[in-house]
Amino acid sequence: MLRIEHISKTFYAGTVNEKRAIEDLSLHLFPGDFATIIGSNGAGKSTLFNAVCGDFQTDSGTIWLDGEDVTFTPVHERARQIGRLFQDPMRGSAPGMSIEENLALAAGKGGWFSHIKKDEKELFREKLSQLGMGLEDRMKQPVGLLSGGQRQALTLLMSTMIPPKILLLDEHTAALDPATAKKVLDITKQVVEDHHITTLMVTHNMQQALEMGNRILMMDSGRIVLDARDEEKKHMTADDLLQQFQENAGKRLDNDRILLRKQ
Amino acid sequence: MSVSAILSLGQTALELGLIYSLTVLALFLSYSMLNVCDLSTDGCFTLGASVGAVVAISGHPFLSIFAAMLAGVCSGFVTAFLQTRMGVESLLAGIIVNTGLYSVNIAVMGGSSLLNMNKTTTVFTMGKNVLASTPWKDKQVLVIAVLMVALVIVLLTCFLRTRLGLAIRATGNNPDMVRSSSINPIFTTTVGLCVANAFTALSGCLLSQSQKSVSIDIGSGVVTIALASLLIGNTFMGKGSIWKRAIGVVLGSIIFRLVYAVALRLNMPAFMLKLVSSIIVIMAISGPYLRSRWPQLNRRMRHRRTGGRENA
Repeated sequence: MLRIEHISKTFYAGTVNEKRAIEDLSLHLFPGDFATIIGSNGAGKSTLFNAVCGDFQTDSGTIWLDGEDVTFTPVHERARQIGRLFQDPMRGSAPGMSIEENLALAAGKGGWFSHIKKDEKELFREKLSQLGMGLEDRMKQPVGLLSGGQRQALTLLMSTMIPPKILLLDEHTAALDPATAKKVLDITKQVVEDHHITTLMVTHNMQQALEMGNRILMMDSGRIVLDARDEEKKHMTADDLLQQFQENAGKRLDNDRILLRKQ
Repeated sequence: MSVSAILSLGQTALELGLIYSLTVLALFLSYSMLNVCDLSTDGCFTLGASVGAVVAISGHPFLSIFAAMLAGVCSGFVTAFLQTRMGVESLLAGIIVNTGLYSVNIAVMGGSSLLNMNKTTTVFTMGKNVLASTPWKDKQVLVIAVLMVALVIVLLTCFLRTRLGLAIRATGNNPDMVRSSSINPIFTTTVGLCVANAFTALSGCLLSQSQKSVSIDIGSGVVTIALASLLIGNTFMGKGSIWKRAIGVVLGSIIFRLVYAVALRLNMPAFMLKLVSSIIVIMAISGPYLRSRWPQLNRRMRHRRTGGRENA
């Protein structure tokens, strides 16, 4: 579904600030894969997502999405196939527009001069009620009035309105309180399951990374240092992960955020 | 002052308010919706006026309106192209186009900086003939201006509710989200500026035809005046549906003109108009900012007075 071959990206090349964000990284996600990614800060997780979405162009390598070479495809054209959620719940929706209008844009139905139709509104209402947040009765309200959790759930709905080929979740529950985070995560699981969307999820919670999905990736210094799937992943514990990381990356995983969350 | 004099003063203010409100609606689209401060507005206003005048003088009063709007679309396209494709800063793009338009406008007027339309058939002289035997006799400017503004409001609000309109509003709100909805923000910015500048040019065209002449400085300071009207309108109807807000900015424009007319009666010299509009824009923009800083400022002064003993 997603095939990345030998991509590299260096920021500020040739200056003292030179930062090799991704180094010769290859990754092959199969249809229906749900992979979690963990790694310390600056390991290149978000850079990887940016590269897949086309926020910048890579220095070398190729990216295929569903068999199509998208290495030089502009962001808005790739977006048709990619759903993406950020840590910041504010990034995915337009605050000055109503819930209904946001959803209509995401649904992308009809021509440029078409209005929002009745059956579309019904569909939005139905989808919103599935979130169980009471948003279906607030469709005319501006999105800016919603809480972070509500906005993140809405963004999730928007990015999966047309089921994407691949869903990129960049710590999308990290900024939410535990109860809301759980709710958004449950909705995420449901949506991914319903549409069989290939998913890549960054998390700092090691337990979550082990529990969710069928595949786990660990990143360090712009490379993937561990890739375990299915049976191998099932039997993994947090200690296994730490040990393997040390063997593969040649150093200990030095991130308090991750270690503290290991329960 | 007699009643009839007051009425005629009020009518003039109303007419000017309505004609300029088309520019305010243009800024409503570019400034409030698209979040682009289009500084080519002055030049585009004059462009609409001069193109409209030249076409009208050549004997096509109806065509003059469409020609002016088309010229506005071109001007808007250039501004948008500069800021989306050529890497020119948004504000700078407007200023550059504005400067360039000065030469273009004089060229359009055949090298002169003033055109006279005293004997020209315009939409207003045609309207005068049509309305001659109705109760609306001699109110042709008002009638045509009302019709135009109503038409533009209807078109604009309908447009902003279409998918393209929603995308334009989202571009000013959160361009990231527009991109992730598979829409190119460059496209929406371009369309938005083209439409906005068409309205600005229409506004200039109607003004020049209603006052039967066009000079090269007809548009100078229009962006500030329109911004002032927009902000006045926002204080009355800043929230609510697009309908309400669009009508609000037209009211803002009319109120601005009425206040100005009263100020003139109170012996304020006419040349003060632009200073007044500048001050209104400053107050409307920095007022909320200063108000939000006031509590801290107040606390700091108290702190200094009491030497840190807050409750002293």
